[in-house]
Amino acid sequence: MTLSRWMTAATPVAAATAHAVLEVEPAAWRDLASDIAACGGRLLALWGSCAADGARLSAVALTLPRVLIVHVPLDRGDGAHYPSVADFFPAAARMQRAVYDLTGVRATGEDARPWLRHAAWPAGAFPLRDATMPPPPQEPVDDYPFVRVEGDGVHEIPVGPVHAGIIEPGHFRFSVVGEKVLRLEERLGYVHKGIERRFTELPILDGHRLAARVSGDSGVAFSWAYCQALEAMAGVAAPPRAVWLRALALELERAANHLSDLGALGNDAGFAVGLAQFSRLKEHLLRATEQALGQRYLLDFVVPGGTRADLPVAGGRALERCIDELTAEVAVLRAIYEEHPGLRDRFSGAGTVAPELARWLGLVGLAGRASGQPLDLRLDVPHPPYEALQVRRCVHEEGDVLARVTIRFEELTESLRLARTVLGGLPGGEHALQVPEPAAGSSAVGLIEGWRGPIVVGLEAGPGGSIRRCHPQDPSWHNWPALEHAIIGNIVPDFPLINKSFNLSYSGHDL
Amino acid sequence: MLKTLRQIIRTGIVTEPAPAPDEALLVGEALERTIREILGRALCIRQVDAGSCNGCELEIHALGNPLYSLESLGIRFVASPRHADLLLVTGPVSRHMEVALRRTYNATPDPKLVVAVGDCGACGGLFGAGYASLGAVSNVIPVDVVVPGCPPSPTRLLQGILTAITGSRAHIAT
Repeated sequence: MTLSRWMTAATPVAAATAHAVLEVEPAAWRDLASDIAACGGRLLALWGSCAADGARLSAVALTLPRVLIVHVPLDRGDGAHYPSVADFFPAAARMQRAVYDLTGVRATGEDARPWLRHAAWPAGAFPLRDATMPPPPQEPVDDYPFVRVEGDGVHEIPVGPVHAGIIEPGHFRFSVVGEKVLRLEERLGYVHKGIERRFTELPILDGHRLAARVSGDSGVAFSWAYCQALEAMAGVAAPPRAVWLRALALELERAANHLSDLGALGNDAGFAVGLAQFSRLKEHLLRATEQALGQRYLLDFVVPGGTRADLPVAGGRALERCIDELTAEVAVLRAIYEEHPGLRDRFSGAGTVAPELARWLGLVGLAGRASGQPLDLRLDVPHPPYEALQVRRCVHEEGDVLARVTIRFEELTESLRLARTVLGGLPGGEHALQVPEPAAGSSAVGLIEGWRGPIVVGLEAGPGGSIRRCHPQDPSWHNWPALEHAIIGNIVPDFPLINKSFNLSYSGHDL
Repeated sequence: MLKTLRQIIRTGIVTEPAPAPDEALLVGEALERTIREILGRALCIRQVDAGSCNGCELEIHALGNPLYSLESLGIRFVASPRHADLLLVTGPVSRHMEVALRRTYNATPDPKLVVAVGDCGACGGLFGAGYASLGAVSNVIPVDVVVPGCPPSPTRLLQGILTAITGSRAHIAT
């Protein structure tokens, strides 16, 4: 079967030409997922809703050049369930477990262990389940058995949730023989703070602030994706100057994170000079960003209808000077990293995810591009102003720490170039316009390529300017499972380096 | 190797000089004096992310860059609460981190100080308190100083740490 029969049934979205909406019955969801996977499509997001009129599963799939938004209505009865699609998209397994934890709607045949719910709220209570819905038949268990590896000399190393550094919390269970890692099992959910329920308590015109704080290092990307969805629902388009300023902010965010990671990766491989140099450059960039756009971290810059502030002339010039300085300095540091035998030795061959495995696991973003997965939403689902910016795609095949370092160098250089281009070609006019409240029941999806990978925000309006449902999906959902594969066969002391080379979000994942 | 040395020499010492009109370093100098007087050259900090969006962690990392150069002031981050004098806690405290935070606090030897970081650490911030969040750090462990901000700048963080080792309980750095 091919995808075309589904696409003819899908409804195009007027406000976003690449988007199409399709509603399918639970039984057809598996067939559709199978066809999407067979055609090389990607599952980008999956979430559940549970209102008084019934439960619903929603998904965003990428079948280039289309973005397919799928809704699967589920019955109101207590036995509501849907077929698992984790055998087509392995990353869906944890998403489906999260759907159960939050709504009580179960995928058939899935791992029954809770994922986002530890034991902090009562078993049988589902934070996103409508109060009038009957409770689901199965009671969740609070026991969480890790998969045991047995054999001579195998022992377990539990790490976390509190880690030995300035890092977010999460638990890692290593099964090792000597120094060699046989298996890693992740247990996340420690920073689950109820973001999706919190959204429903905020006015829809104010939700971008919470979106920016889903994962603080991706604030621009999340708030832009939120505003993209909101503006599509309200039938307005942010003015040209606003979208150029948003692109400037997004590329500065990408550059700042890459600077930070490149320093930390050098440090984790024993090259402290790298951390000192890159953290110095990052501080320069943050100060120039604050001078130009008003904040070191642009968590409040993207607002519905445009941007919070315009770019002052002096700030723009300071930013240009900073970008020029950074471009020159990064070139010097890149040569140092490339010629350093110790760094090459530690980076090369560590934490490899081969392209075939990456494709199967659905690895996305910069880690995906380091493993031969070329997806970059700036190019593949272009939106203003990226059609005009001619982004250079960076792809490598090796899939090791070195490849992820190389991608960061290339994308950092490219982001600095893009930021400079935006500053040189910024159109005139307003930087924001008023956005009316979208009609109750309207919904849309926002898609932005954040520094880590594709960021999805699914938004649905409730009555009176409220949010009925908002689901932010961080690319970490796709890449955390790949880290479990990347570490196999490596030694325990290389884990911090390999982990850092992915640098995944805990907060963005745990919600 | 030569390139690396050339880059180090070319960069020089970028830590901002004490008399410069930069708040961070003025605070820093006072901080170093105070640390010497009270703690004898070293303050050990254990950072605990108890539910943050990771924004505060980015600015806490910045304290270590050569411009703020926290270590040159005699302050360093340690890997274990048992080695720590001060806990730097970001919030909101998720219910899933409540036990870990309490255990970390109990594992820190007395006398100890707690600095709650960010709007979320101060009052729960945008996340507030709910089925999964307990809100402010002070809802779970005793807090000496609160450094608001979203995220607070490295300068504010330094001020907060200074206030903790000189000031009184529940003083709010502004």
